[in-house]
Amino acid sequence: MAKNKDSMSNILVVALSVCFACSIVVSATAVLLKPQRIANKDADRNKNILQAAGLYKPGVTRGSDIDELFASFTLRMVDLQEKRVLDDAEVEQLGFDISRYDQRKASKNPDISKDLSTAEDIASISRRARYSVVYLLHDDAGQVDKVVVPVHGYGLWSIMYGFVSLQGDFNTVSGITFYEQGETAGLGGEVVNPVWRGSWVGKRIYGGDGDVALTVVKGRVDPTNTNAVHQIDGLSGATLTSRGVENLVGYWLGDEGFGPVLNQLQSGAI
Amino acid sequence: MGSVKETLFNPVFNDNPIGLQILGICSALAVTSKMSVALVMCLALTFVCAFSNLFISIIRNQIPSSIRIIVQMTIIASLVIIVDQIIAAAAYDMSKQLTVFVGLIITNCIVMGRAEAFAMQNPPGTSFLDGIGNGLGYSIVLMLVAFFRELFGSGSLFGFQVMPLVTDGGWYNPMGMMLLPPSAFFIIGLLIWALRAWKTEQVEEPEYEIGGHTALSRTA
Repeated sequence: MAKNKDSMSNILVVALSVCFACSIVVSATAVLLKPQRIANKDADRNKNILQAAGLYKPGVTRGSDIDELFASFTLRMVDLQEKRVLDDAEVEQLGFDISRYDQRKASKNPDISKDLSTAEDIASISRRARYSVVYLLHDDAGQVDKVVVPVHGYGLWSIMYGFVSLQGDFNTVSGITFYEQGETAGLGGEVVNPVWRGSWVGKRIYGGDGDVALTVVKGRVDPTNTNAVHQIDGLSGATLTSRGVENLVGYWLGDEGFGPVLNQLQSGAI
Repeated sequence: MGSVKETLFNPVFNDNPIGLQILGICSALAVTSKMSVALVMCLALTFVCAFSNLFISIIRNQIPSSIRIIVQMTIIASLVIIVDQIIAAAAYDMSKQLTVFVGLIITNCIVMGRAEAFAMQNPPGTSFLDGIGNGLGYSIVLMLVAFFRELFGSGSLFGFQVMPLVTDGGWYNPMGMMLLPPSAFFIIGLLIWALRAWKTEQVEEPEYEIGGHTALSRTA
């Protein structure tokens, strides 16, 4: 046995059969669990959109309950290059399924994304997808009550992905969430802290001139300050993450991001 | 080989993989800022360690010695991918924080070390228990480190607020240092010190002793 064990034929047989057995087990697990993983990912993203809009009720964890709440949103696809909202026919022509559109994947496809120059790239994301999806919530009178836009940008260690929700005036923040980030736990990772996220509610994004005026200050916001409505408390011990959050809001709600589209939505052009 | 109890519990205190063998420190630094995350990591590692020991032991008489390490790695890596997939399917929020470190179980010295040192020489049943035992030894250190880091770093245990934070209107001002990986180094160091003060037979002989002062006597 011992002699035979180290023969060339036995080496090949063992190597091949181990690889074969392992590959079958691994691929079987991957295939069997794939639907569950995709469902989890979708539910997680939808949950974050609901959280940003303040519709999420704690304790709702089942995918079907999230779907039910999520159904109140109207999804609209946005062309960030032409700075306009696409109608359903155009979306169909582009061949996108709006509820499954993956902006992150699209930003890697050179046909539907663009390289950002250093001057443009304030959120340090290097590439931006041409199309994105915004989530509209209408009130009973058919007016836009809330609009949720996806945002992302670089913090200290990682790209933070999240959503910002605005009130029907397209200026007042009604919520912010981050569903994926790799910042330092307890410091920059506090971007997910509900208390800190709560401090965003009621802040105004745009100043009198229509440009993004919102800043994340170092330390606490002085409430007597005339600019306090545009200022967010910095995360203590996480200056670079705080700056990253300020930059990503500045980019995605600014002229290169959703700014022009939000203006059109507000003026009721669409 | 000793009794079942010995195989299972020796690695917990007497032959702790982190405390005595100083293996698997890397993940002990990375995943211990929260107890819940550390717990999932411990379960994942114990699972991988136990089953890799089991499977490697089953085929130990067939594995040619020239490719034994790569065969062990293949089995360990497959198990790790399975664990990662299961966590992603069952606990998505957890997997978002942990997936990078679960992948790193492949390179965890404990798993590899037990496969090479134990499972290659022992029957499947004992090897399986040895894997669980070493998983437990790893887990107890990780949970202790996570306990101190989460308690003093975030004022909570398993996410449950024990000491209300100043930022939430409480009185506890958290130690930011505790949330950073280096703090795990200090805690593990102190734990090893405590363990060796309790079980003095674990103290290692110094590799080098400074001798008497000879230069002075020569010149005098």
